[in-house]
Amino acid sequence: MMFLHFFVFIPFHSHFTIFCFPVLKAVESFGMCHTKWSEKYQKKMEDELKKANLPYRDLMHVSDNDLELRRKDHISHFILRLAYCQSENLRRWFLQQEADLFRYRFSQQLSGSVRKFLDLNDLHYTSILPNEKVELKTQLINSTFGMKELFDTQDFYKVPFTDALDLVRGRKIFLRHGLAYIPHNDLVSIVLNDFRTSLSRALALATRSFPLCMRSLHYALRDQHHLRHGGRLQYGLFLKGLGLSLEQALTFWRTEFARGSIDPEKFEKGYAYNIRHAYGKEGKRTDYTPYSCMKIIQTNTPGPGDHHGCPFRHTDADLLRQRLQSHRLSSSEINQVMEYVKGMHYQLACQKYFEFTHKVEDGAFGLSHPNQYFEESQKLLSGGQHAKRENSGEVQKPVVAPVTMPQSSHPAQSSESQSTQLSASQVEEQELLEECFANGVVLRFVKGTVELG
Amino acid sequence: MKQQLQHYRKKTMADADFCSAQLQDLLPLYYKRFFPFGRFFKWLNYGGVKKNYFQRREFSFTLKDDIYVRYQSFQSANEMEKEVHKAIPYKMDIGAVFSHRPNQRHCVKPSAFQAQEKELVFDIDMTDYDDVRTCCKLADICANCWPLMTFAIRVIDRALREDFGFKHRLWVYSGRRGVHCWVCDETARELSQAARSSIAEYLSVIKGGEGSIKKVNLSDPVHPSIQESLKLMKNDFEDYALVKQDFLGNEKKREKVLALMPDDLRTDMRSDFSSLTNSVNCWDRLKSCTQAKRAPDKWRHVHEEVMLQFCYPRLDVNVSKGVNHLLKSPFCVHPKTGRVCVPIDLNKVEDFDPFNVPTISQLCWELDHLPEVVDAQAVQVTEEGQKRRRKDYKKTSLAAAIRVFDSFLEDLEASWRGRLLRESDLKNEF
Repeated sequence: MMFLHFFVFIPFHSHFTIFCFPVLKAVESFGMCHTKWSEKYQKKMEDELKKANLPYRDLMHVSDNDLELRRKDHISHFILRLAYCQSENLRRWFLQQEADLFRYRFSQQLSGSVRKFLDLNDLHYTSILPNEKVELKTQLINSTFGMKELFDTQDFYKVPFTDALDLVRGRKIFLRHGLAYIPHNDLVSIVLNDFRTSLSRALALATRSFPLCMRSLHYALRDQHHLRHGGRLQYGLFLKGLGLSLEQALTFWRTEFARGSIDPEKFEKGYAYNIRHAYGKEGKRTDYTPYSCMKIIQTNTPGPGDHHGCPFRHTDADLLRQRLQSHRLSSSEINQVMEYVKGMHYQLACQKYFEFTHKVEDGAFGLSHPNQYFEESQKLLSGGQHAKRENSGEVQKPVVAPVTMPQSSHPAQSSESQSTQLSASQVEEQELLEECFANGVVLRFVKGTVELG
Repeated sequence: MKQQLQHYRKKTMADADFCSAQLQDLLPLYYKRFFPFGRFFKWLNYGGVKKNYFQRREFSFTLKDDIYVRYQSFQSANEMEKEVHKAIPYKMDIGAVFSHRPNQRHCVKPSAFQAQEKELVFDIDMTDYDDVRTCCKLADICANCWPLMTFAIRVIDRALREDFGFKHRLWVYSGRRGVHCWVCDETARELSQAARSSIAEYLSVIKGGEGSIKKVNLSDPVHPSIQESLKLMKNDFEDYALVKQDFLGNEKKREKVLALMPDDLRTDMRSDFSSLTNSVNCWDRLKSCTQAKRAPDKWRHVHEEVMLQFCYPRLDVNVSKGVNHLLKSPFCVHPKTGRVCVPIDLNKVEDFDPFNVPTISQLCWELDHLPEVVDAQAVQVTEEGQKRRRKDYKKTSLAAAIRVFDSFLEDLEASWRGRLLRESDLKNEF
């Protein structure tokens, strides 16, 4: 039976649909066999989507229950997407397949549905009326490439020019009164770009939300394609707490180890059991819970070659300073963190680290669990009113960019509208994103042929 | 009244000549009696729609001896006036509105102190046209090349107004060899760097640096925005290019134009030109060749490309791109020419004469030598003696410039009045 997980990603304001690996693989394969967008291609696409029980025609009908399920899903989805970013190529591939799929679905929608889709996603685009189209015929044809032949059949949409900057920059569309007149096909590109941007950012932000202990393990695993027992347990359970299912976990570890020196057979013999055990599927069937900070600090002291434990507790002061420096903390910030470390208040040190990296003051939560760290971080990055900054009445906004669709600059939205300016932390985020993709993030899934539980 | 002014001016222009050494003495007087602090605050405060907008604005001063200080900010028009009187800056720049008061930036974490908003600005400098003007170069300008600025204002203003929908555009003489544009709509002030850069690129037609000869390549069909620009330039192009610049008037000049043509056309034109006597004939010949029915497609837009290369606005994308890029403030005095950076009346762009812009020495002279304007508004009770003195500018040459600024402010004010009304409705305030 094919692995048919259906992941839906909602970055809190939009409802984009993302499909998992096998569907994408299928998309790629018939993309290779048939001319894209030809009839055969479209038929294949339709069939594939039908197989996956996905609403290929009308993605508009969304119930509240669906939304809730999707919301829960999205965290585990991060893991999935992390997996695809092994390399720049793979990332591009991933985005391309998703984009093709998305483009297909979008173009298939009936115009009423398209309108609904745009509304749902806060995209304030309206199609122009026939008389306006006639009035502007010459200008539209003269400004839009290839429009001469297609003019009569194309729908045009009026889009705030800030949403179509690339087309504006190249003078590739007609502009009037601040609105760009975009033909339907180009609208797909625009929406796609937004989609891609939010996807890219979401990917980078996922690791950004990892506490230091899990980041260490993550990068160690990525570099060495291996973790020793303590590390596997600590990190594996953390991922489980994020929503990684057993099937996903098995594939995850198997693939990563395969890139090292443990082939799948060896993995099955030596490691798979322990993973299943951690999920309560073996032995006395205890469904192990992810480790709390206390547990990580106090038990299971790491030895040479280990990467687990709590960095604030178990890492050499000098090395720890270096790491904090590489995470762009200022020397005063580092000193504050180290003060806590000296006083053996490791959780407080970590909390301070959270505050500095997320640019908040006085975190309203008492840190006691790595998964809690992740959730609080995600909350913050999504624009939640988590920790209010004390300031002299200046513009309040989360300084770290949330995981949402890039806002179009609609001045009507609020008088203190979100700055569309790249803040210092957004720049940092971009750099982190570059770094992530340059070095690969986790690893990739191979074609899963795992039974559904 | 006007005649009186002109009479006095003619008589004593020599007394009012400017030289840089006078700045130190004249600037204090200028700032005391001429610089419109109140109006300035009115502009940059934008009706108080956003909290502490003026207070969070960065200004920079260039002091005597080229000392440059950034991150100046002020609580009010009064405070600004006080500080300016203290510092007597030779130049003032306006920067961005930051997240916090720039002069208190040390109270926040460096990464928290960020530029948030600023007007969309354009800087057009005559030196960027040196390869296409023969009368002057570098810092010099004259009546024969100034039309380039007129073209620039018309073309860019149209695009900003009609294509982008911006309503509040202030054009200002830069004091020596160019013009600046400040786009003050709220939407403009909120634009990201990417958006600003896209707008600047949209407006750019001249592509290519020192190395490229042909800098304009039109696609077919020609984009409506460029077609509109050509329409605007068409009427005055011939007077500018053929009469003032005489750009096909000798062999050297002709070669420059010939270099922009495709090889086959160039050969034909070169030989045609050699038998023609002046620019007008050459230009007519070129046009009839490229627009002939049997002209190859490659030739069709050549004369337009030539027009654009010689006249289309050249702007510095870097000035427009940055949200925190500082640009010289209107009503500053240019330290080298002494001329005031006055707003330009959009209704009379053709009439604007940079050589008629008042200088600081002229203004100070006028203050002392011209009779008082009997102005109802100026007749105040003695306790308002201060206010009365401030209206002194009205008898001077600066009055016209202030009027242009006032009209710009009026339109701006109407926009935020609407906003404030709407917001008080929302809050149920009365």
